[in-house]
Amino acid sequence: MSEALLRIDNIVKRFGGLRAVDQVSFDVVPERITALIGPNGAGKTTLFSLVAGFLPPDHGRIVFDGADVTGEPPHRLAHRGIGRTFQIVQPFAGLTVRENIAVGSHLARSRRTDALAAAGDVAHAVGLSAQLDQPAVTLTVAGRKRLELARALAIEPKLLLLDEVLAGLNPSEIRDMVPVIRAIAGRGVTILMIEHVMQAVMSLAAQVFVLAEGRIIAQGAPHEVAADRRVIEAYLGHGAASRMAAGAAHD
Amino acid sequence: MKVYPSIALVVAVLAIVPFVTASNAVLNFLVMALLIALAGQGWNLLGGYGGQYSFGHAAFFGTGAYVTAILQVRYGINAWLGLFIGVAAGALVGAVIGALSFRSGLKGSYFSLVTLAFAEVLRIVASVTPITGAGVGTLIKLDLRPEAFQFQSRAPFYWIALGFVGLSLVLMRAIEQSRFGAYLVAIRENEDAAEALGVDAFKVKLAAMTVSAAITATAGCFYAQYFLFLDAAIAYGPWISVDALLAPIVGGAGTLFGPLAGALVIKTLGEATKLMTGGAPGLDLVIYGLVLIAVVGLAPRGIAGLAARLIPRRRTGAQP
Repeated sequence: MSEALLRIDNIVKRFGGLRAVDQVSFDVVPERITALIGPNGAGKTTLFSLVAGFLPPDHGRIVFDGADVTGEPPHRLAHRGIGRTFQIVQPFAGLTVRENIAVGSHLARSRRTDALAAAGDVAHAVGLSAQLDQPAVTLTVAGRKRLELARALAIEPKLLLLDEVLAGLNPSEIRDMVPVIRAIAGRGVTILMIEHVMQAVMSLAAQVFVLAEGRIIAQGAPHEVAADRRVIEAYLGHGAASRMAAGAAHD
Repeated sequence: MKVYPSIALVVAVLAIVPFVTASNAVLNFLVMALLIALAGQGWNLLGGYGGQYSFGHAAFFGTGAYVTAILQVRYGINAWLGLFIGVAAGALVGAVIGALSFRSGLKGSYFSLVTLAFAEVLRIVASVTPITGAGVGTLIKLDLRPEAFQFQSRAPFYWIALGFVGLSLVLMRAIEQSRFGAYLVAIRENEDAAEALGVDAFKVKLAAMTVSAAITATAGCFYAQYFLFLDAAIAYGPWISVDALLAPIVGGAGTLFGPLAGALVIKTLGEATKLMTGGAPGLDLVIYGLVLIAVVGLAPRGIAGLAARLIPRRRTGAQP
């Protein structure tokens, strides 16, 4: 296994008395899809905000691509190659789809025409070609999720942080979106995703980390993690794993 | 329609006016409208495109005006040179206020209030310090030579004001089509999302405020040469802050021709009110207030937004 692209080292983030992220360490291996799962309030989005530079950690280090990037602001991390989507979609509402994506394309291109052209290519990759010249506000939920993805992709990131890009989509929309994510990974982009849709995690992720109450409680391949006692208890409550085992024995 | 040719067309049409009429009242009216349009162009870059609503553009207008005037009166510096220094001084004030407020993370109405406060502080300081002539004001000596940026008739003033507006339109169009412009609009729409895409919001906003201040300061320098008199209430008074934001908002904030269209509309309304009421003091401000409420309520994207709404409606009408 090669050197980690992203290394989270003993990160702590407190909000008042609450340890939202508590001594979390893990590695994200290049050119793979790594998933971060966990019950609501586990600290997943906080952890993402720390990695993307939107929050400074209280303690610990974040190493990206061999450099210590702890506490760097989001725009500098974007230049280093970290792209992110937002769980609550944040389109530039007054702009068209193409103009939205072009903001990302401008990172590597100073000319407007080049950025707009590159935006067209990115839109094609996520299946937004038909909506290119529509205002972003007219997009459906699924369209907005694709736009989030397209914009983050437009900065040509080495690492893409996906914060619940499948949340709020219906099953057929999820089926459409999964191959898009797989194709992005197939082009050599490393992906770290927060996801609640387990079906997608199972089919996409190579490695899964489970976060509960701010700590990593389990890690491994998707099927290992899904069978882990601690994971089942974190989701379903204390004693759930043994009750399920007992229930299975009765059948 | 191509944009640069439309700018040329608008400027050309306006440039003909002095050949059509020699009426001082008409030219005076248009000079004032162009002056407001120019100050509004400055405001529009920061407020319209960047979404940072300044209530204190008087700070830049006044600085431009005072620097031009004081350099001539007290140091005998040529007015044209004074113009450049005045614009630079205005830009510097913009950069300082911008750095202070953006560094402390001021957004939305907090930013607006802080800009208002800076302008008011400058007004009060200017009304007591000797160098500005304090309460008496500063009078620029009459010297009707083009070299001194003074003219016998109003027409050359008018053309110069029009030239400034034309240049600012070209500059704004170039910004619209640049990475800087795209980043500025992205910040207006969603600053966090822009940051995530590699936009250094602080730097972009600071640059926008500096250029914005420079443009509005140009209007101030021009004002000083046109009226040859300044006091604190004129240079740093809230009237110019209000006009500089009202023109682009009425015309269409964040649109190229918004400030010019809006300036012509509000100046026309102002004059009409004066004619009808016999110049009752303050009544034009009441009308402005009503217009602002009407625009925000009925046509939030101003005249330009109204036009855009009416024209594509015909085009899309053919589609099912």
